[in-house]
Amino acid sequence: MHFITRTARLSVAAAALTGLVALSACGGSDSGGSASSTDKIGVSLITKDSTNPFFVAMQKGAKEEATKNNVDLTIASGKADGDEQGQVQAIENAIAQGQKGILITPNGPGVNSAIKKARDAGLYVIALDTPPDPADTVDITFATDNFEAGKLIGQWTAKQLGGKPATIALLDLFNDKVVSVDYNRDQGFLTGLGVDTKDAKKNGDEAKSGSYSGGSYSIVCNEPTQGAEDGGRSAMENCLTKNSNVNVVYTINEPAAIGAYNALKAAGKTSGVLVVSVDGGCAGVKSVKDGIIGATSQQYPLKMASLGVESIAKIARGGDKPQNSPGLDFYNTGVALVTDKASPGVTSIDTAKGSTLCWG
Amino acid sequence: MTVQSATPGAAAKELARREHTTSQRIQHLLHQHPALSPAIILLLTVVCFTIVNSRFSNPAALSLLVQQTAVVAALAVGQTLIILTAGIDLSVGAIAILSMMVTATLAAENGWPAGLALAAGLVLGLAAGVLNGLLVTRIGLPPFIVTLGTLSIFTALALLYSGGQSIQNNRLPALLNWTGEGFAIGRFRVTTGVLIVIGLYVVVGFALSQTSWGRHVYAVGDDPEAARLSGVRSRRVLFSVYAVAGLIYGIAGWTLIGRAGAASPNAIVDANLESITAVVIGGTSLFGGRGGLLGTLLGALIVQAFTIGLSLAGVDAQYRLLAVGVLVIVAVSVDQWIRKVRS
Amino acid sequence: MTATINQPGDTALQVPILSARGLVKTFGRVIGLDGVDLDLFPGEVLAVIGDNGAGKSTLIKCLTGALIPDAGQLTLEQAPITFRGPQDARAAGIETVYQTLAVAPALDIASNLYLGREERRPGLLGNVFRMLDHRGMRDRAAAAVRELGIQTIQNIQQTVETLSGGQRQAVAVARAAAFGSKVVVLDEPTAALGVKESNQVLDMIKGLRERGLPVILISHNMPHVWEVADRIHIQRLGRCAGVITPDSHTMTEGVAIMTGAANLEDNTST
Repeated sequence: MHFITRTARLSVAAAALTGLVALSACGGSDSGGSASSTDKIGVSLITKDSTNPFFVAMQKGAKEEATKNNVDLTIASGKADGDEQGQVQAIENAIAQGQKGILITPNGPGVNSAIKKARDAGLYVIALDTPPDPADTVDITFATDNFEAGKLIGQWTAKQLGGKPATIALLDLFNDKVVSVDYNRDQGFLTGLGVDTKDAKKNGDEAKSGSYSGGSYSIVCNEPTQGAEDGGRSAMENCLTKNSNVNVVYTINEPAAIGAYNALKAAGKTSGVLVVSVDGGCAGVKSVKDGIIGATSQQYPLKMASLGVESIAKIARGGDKPQNSPGLDFYNTGVALVTDKASPGVTSIDTAKGSTLCWG
Repeated sequence: MTVQSATPGAAAKELARREHTTSQRIQHLLHQHPALSPAIILLLTVVCFTIVNSRFSNPAALSLLVQQTAVVAALAVGQTLIILTAGIDLSVGAIAILSMMVTATLAAENGWPAGLALAAGLVLGLAAGVLNGLLVTRIGLPPFIVTLGTLSIFTALALLYSGGQSIQNNRLPALLNWTGEGFAIGRFRVTTGVLIVIGLYVVVGFALSQTSWGRHVYAVGDDPEAARLSGVRSRRVLFSVYAVAGLIYGIAGWTLIGRAGAASPNAIVDANLESITAVVIGGTSLFGGRGGLLGTLLGALIVQAFTIGLSLAGVDAQYRLLAVGVLVIVAVSVDQWIRKVRS
Repeated sequence: MTATINQPGDTALQVPILSARGLVKTFGRVIGLDGVDLDLFPGEVLAVIGDNGAGKSTLIKCLTGALIPDAGQLTLEQAPITFRGPQDARAAGIETVYQTLAVAPALDIASNLYLGREERRPGLLGNVFRMLDHRGMRDRAAAAVRELGIQTIQNIQQTVETLSGGQRQAVAVARAAAFGSKVVVLDEPTAALGVKESNQVLDMIKGLRERGLPVILISHNMPHVWEVADRIHIQRLGRCAGVITPDSHTMTEGVAIMTGAANLEDNTST
């Protein structure tokens, strides 16, 4: 080791680390069939990453539709959530291959200029799940209406309470960033419950007590969970310490809900508490079936992707372009309320049906 | 006016005899017992927040404080060892998650017996630490850069291996969930995981303060060349620190399963920063050679106490982030003041 | 290549306790030692002098295991020996005080004294639990410091960084004196010291000689060297320019050889 200079050491290590990272990234993007016959229409699906089950579900939905619709599908993604460069390369590949359209869940504004190049070259670009910033960077966005998703579980909760006072714990996503999914679901829930949200783009600004559609309410806490089980547990524990009579728990997603339930169980407080969530992955639907979650709003990533593939195929064959859903600035791919305890006046599907539609 | 003739040595005697100011006395006391500073801050924190909301000091609430701190406290043990050697470890959480996901997957999906699966996960944690150690001691890269790289590698491996999905505790064998089992001690509730973490502190603390290995860890962090010239095998000691830390992160992963009620690849998102915060607030110097485990434990408790206290006080979630940041700066400033040496 | 060695009369028949032959050490393109021979006889103080870059520290580090020579052979008590690291030299009985002192500032005096050779508690606690004998080490460290006559250190539990430069030097020297069993090597021991403390170190060196411990002393302080050394090995440009004694040459002549202004053959005073 005495004679190996510092520079040599650094180069060897840098090469080794790059090699390892490259190897692990190799699994990330794979090209679907490369032959481009005149009948087949080329479409690229570019997700944020390839490990989040949500995006894996999208890839599955896109592949099924591509087979049905004679579409030549290229699957690509960033190396990880936030990797804009990887997505830019995939976009440029799509342009070079003369494809007809791109479906993308953007990792950030760094992909906007590449998207513009694609549109200028005649490709139709659809954003999935997350609208880009600004929204008109793409031709259209197919997304879940997260506000609607929250509203459904809010309405369900209001009916389930049957006039009882609501002592509410709000388990949000972050406290160090503001993202649309966070405030849309939270504020949607409160709106569905009948609480005045004041600013619908801001969590935590509503009055701590007042009345909801069925009676009086008090909001005990707004706690961040990071969308995971351990965060959900700590958040629920802190809410219970503030007020041990919480009977309504809104959670940002199902892993957080499971953590919250474990906290309630450890405190011996599970009876009479309504836990609601959003997502509708298969694990989440099972939690509803097991009684851990009372109701969850199910979203359809597979549908987003397959609708996207279908739309591009249609346009390429001379059909109409898709339009925004009425009253929204995106195309709503729909949510459904999944619960085994239906509330009157709130449309829902049971867990059996939910399991057939679930993703992940 | 009489003029006193100066006798030689009179000034020196006078200086030695002069009463030290209270501030200097406090400084000296805190210098002798470094963990006293975070202990006082913790006490003040508990007192102040109890005044704001008396529920803070309920046995139930204090029990929750300890349970919530356990996982980060475990991670911070390994981090303390590494920071004592003037290094830093950014792959802390990633190793814990990787170890945990492998254990859970082997048990739930591949049908391995629980003990074997757990052993495999712990060995993997150890191996990850060994990788870090080799890169630092053999290739000679700075620990910041090594662990920055391995952070990405281990995180990616964990995500790829698990498919991003959690494995819930109802699919896991009892041994893995054991760390989540709670029981009462008087009016307090603790989990087995908490006891394991306390045991970790006792064992590693003993090694640090009572064995020659511990002395060598401090010496290597303080002045690696002096240690080497004194006959300490610096490279071996440094390597051992990273390896041991990796094993500790694996144990932390096991306690996380009990805490979260699931093996989740998305858990403990901010583990790296939180473990470093605990170490720093506890008084261990980032330059190595000074500090200890007791301070780290207190540091971890202080941060969590702040979080809970502010939540109970009804302070907005965003402000809590601000508060923790201010806390770190105040704690380190106090520590700097204490270290100003009186010669 | 060594020039004629001038030895005090009765060492002509003695066997060296430590010998080096043909030591070579290079650092990349820089030649540190270019074939150096050295002999240390029992019960003597051998001073090594030389200009900056002459190779004094490199020579010492090769003798004490801090550096591994590229070529050459070391002999200790007539047996050939190789050191793979500082711990090997220490185990062989050679204690060194390096120029940088090699003390850990954040550790206390006792810890520094025992660094790398900590003592464990007797019995079960020491063997199974490997617990250190803190109190014992502290007491023995205090005794060692007192024995050297170092009055100025008040509290043995002080961390070394709170000590003055001279006190730190004293701790390092105390360590070498306490543990040295065959050879003690001192690299610039009086460099940072005032007059009183320097004299204490010189007295201590003489005391080591009286105990029968040979001492190798690197110094650029010629008065100190001429006061305490029995023989003086002159290093110049990676080679030995000669070995003289305080009687055979004056300080000025010694310095002249050291800087190359003169050769050994030129000035031999009778």
